[in-house]
Amino acid sequence: MAAVGRLLLIFALITTLYGIGASLYGARRGPRAWVESGRRAMYVLWGMAALAFVILDVAFVTSNFSYDVVARGSSTTTPTFYRVAAIWSTQQGSLLLWLLLLSGWSSLALFLTRRRVREIAPYAQAVLFALTAFFSGLLVFFANPFATTATPPAEGAGLDPLLRHTTMMIHPPMLYSGYTLMMVPFAFAVGALISGRLGAEWIQVTRRFALAAWLCLGFGILLGARWSYTELGWGGYWAWDPVENAALMPWLCVTAFIHSIMIQEKRGMLKVWNASLVLAAGSLAVIGTFLVRSGILSSIHAFVSDPTLNISFVALISVMVFGSIGLVTWRRDRLRSEAHLDSLISREAVFLFQNLVLIALTAVIFWITFFPLISQAITGTEVSVGPPAFRPFVVPLALIVVVLSGIGPIIAWRRVTVAKLRRSFALPVAATALMLAALLIVPGVVDHKLALAMFCAGTFVVCTVVQEFVRGVRARRAMTSEPPPIALAALVRRNRRRYGGYIVHAGVAVALVGVAASTSFQHSRTATIAPGQSVRLDGYTIRYVRPTASATAEKISLGAILNVSSGRSHVATLHTSYGLYPSQDPTQPIGRFFDGSSESRVGLKSGPLQDIWTVINPNVGPLQGLINQGDARFSRFLNDALSMPAAQRTQALNELYALRDAAIRGLAQRFVSHPWAATFLIIISPLVTWLWAGAIIAALGGLLALWPLPPRRRRLGRSRPQGEAEQAAPAPADLRARELV
Amino acid sequence: MPYVIVLVVLAVAILVITGPLRAGRGREELDERATRRAELEAARDAKYHEIRDAELDLRTGKLSDEDYQAVDRALRAEAIEIMHALDQVQSEPAPVASGG
Repeated sequence: MAAVGRLLLIFALITTLYGIGASLYGARRGPRAWVESGRRAMYVLWGMAALAFVILDVAFVTSNFSYDVVARGSSTTTPTFYRVAAIWSTQQGSLLLWLLLLSGWSSLALFLTRRRVREIAPYAQAVLFALTAFFSGLLVFFANPFATTATPPAEGAGLDPLLRHTTMMIHPPMLYSGYTLMMVPFAFAVGALISGRLGAEWIQVTRRFALAAWLCLGFGILLGARWSYTELGWGGYWAWDPVENAALMPWLCVTAFIHSIMIQEKRGMLKVWNASLVLAAGSLAVIGTFLVRSGILSSIHAFVSDPTLNISFVALISVMVFGSIGLVTWRRDRLRSEAHLDSLISREAVFLFQNLVLIALTAVIFWITFFPLISQAITGTEVSVGPPAFRPFVVPLALIVVVLSGIGPIIAWRRVTVAKLRRSFALPVAATALMLAALLIVPGVVDHKLALAMFCAGTFVVCTVVQEFVRGVRARRAMTSEPPPIALAALVRRNRRRYGGYIVHAGVAVALVGVAASTSFQHSRTATIAPGQSVRLDGYTIRYVRPTASATAEKISLGAILNVSSGRSHVATLHTSYGLYPSQDPTQPIGRFFDGSSESRVGLKSGPLQDIWTVINPNVGPLQGLINQGDARFSRFLNDALSMPAAQRTQALNELYALRDAAIRGLAQRFVSHPWAATFLIIISPLVTWLWAGAIIAALGGLLALWPLPPRRRRLGRSRPQGEAEQAAPAPADLRARELV
Repeated sequence: MPYVIVLVVLAVAILVITGPLRAGRGREELDERATRRAELEAARDAKYHEIRDAELDLRTGKLSDEDYQAVDRALRAEAIEIMHALDQVQSEPAPVASGG
């Protein structure tokens, strides 16, 4: 089936080239049939990519090591659950996933716009085909996932243990979905610029794709953070790693875009800004993909560097960036705003300011992320930057964004009177002042001024959102006399974009309060203790109760049970473990089982107010003497067995391997029977749960905003209840008579 | 067997992709009309949404009566324009589809 997969990729490449030609011919020469034929070519491309993906994934699931990528990225000891996902742990598999997702989202976008934006769609179609041509070209010429070997190994290298985590099943597809969804508004923006149709139409047809990209990227980032927190063993969820930043930058750009397009839709303003933003977000999405697979910046998340791919990606990014700049410059006359800011105290002014801050944030992250590369290019010396380089810039800017996300919902378009301003701000400001007063009483809080500011900003945002819901419900009830829950449901259902957005604001504020609290008020300690011994941290006593050990074909796991108590009361029992995966080193027949990759399983007690987190480093040093003896003896016995006549050799080898497995189990069990001191990292962080909860709230808000209205709701229906129609639009007689009631 | 799969995929691909090229010109005109209508309907729905939005802003105290009247008037005028255009498209005689 490898040959079929390879042929499918070649057909896919030919299809993309046909798609570019048909779309451009249809756009330039007129016959729509060519454009439609091109659109159908995208559906076909998706089908081919899906079939190729299935063929490769079946090879992973069945451990078909004749495929090079399967031999490198999986093994028979890898659990089936992870074998399904191992496909995207390899360079080739992840590029195929990119092609699959990009062609899938492109097909959906082209299907949904088949009767819209006629002048723009053919060019957008050609751009989407060009991007898919790039990825299918990579798969055909430089990163063939269907390369096979005539002499497959008996066992594969296995999936990186760090990737054996549930979230890793979803995290990469989510990020790739975000990146590929971003290509849709990018392509339509290019189409709008080429065709000169620069009104709000291209925004209306791609807004949902931008929102979906935001949602998928955000969810992907969240899953990555959760993986980091529970798997990497350093106790944090965000390390400002280049690959993490690569996902964050387009997410920030899309966040700005989602807000600024409202100004273009409502006021016909910011056309240059919106086009530039979406082109930047699209380019950043490809830069993010490049960063992950180039290895040009050191990251634990990156693939091994491949110079051929690097050159190809740099070429694509250059075309995207310089092409975008060229198009915006070419169309600058048609991109003039149709209106001007009426007042600096208006929603559009707030959105504009928020956009500027978000872009400043993106620029700061971009500069610091790429600084090691820039520094090396200029001075020849490599410098490394870590979280301290980001915080002084990112934290204040994030604070401003949060405050603005509270102001935006309660301020009107165009202009605001002082009386209305006072009415809108009175309650949220009073609640924030109360919160500030309460926090100032808490010892130690005043020492962390930025965290204190974030708590107040978060309070302000949540209050403004609650106030908006209350006012909306009141307004609806005034017209319909519905009970409050029904009025709330109807209000949200009929204004999903608005109220979904408000929920997102509240969720982000809650999440950032969690980030501020957990980073500013964290207590941590590293302690080396033996079973029975205890350490104290932040009022808790943590006792090492007993060690645990297990050995399977997949890994050796050494762990510990810890008891956490406060005073006389028991708080939690934690189990942490350290997994040791075998290496393929033939010179250490026993030692290789302790010498391969490793992973940590965190012992975690999560609560609404506090997380108690711990991880063990068992230190296998005390076993080294026995391991060395085992290596020497096993090698001797192995040589003896191999020199036996063939008839006896197999039995001798089987017995020897059984003895080896028993010896490894015995070595692992010594951690329990003859326990020694292990090192523990213990962290107590407040409000970490708020980060996850806030992110989930934001995701739900995003889903709500994204969810399409049922068809009958899209128009102001003829058959709706009386009150609802009134709320929808009291109208001049002619309009009301026709559609609104 | 694998090569049969490849041939089937290829045949289906060619059939699907060349479908519109084999259809008649009348179909193209029909599509054009449907597209124009869909665009106008989308524009009308977007305008309705804006009208509802403005009213919600008024009722939640974010817009003054004066501003609301101005915004609402402009939006409704735009909506009526779109509806006139929609009427025009709907009243045009439908082209007859021809095969081949």
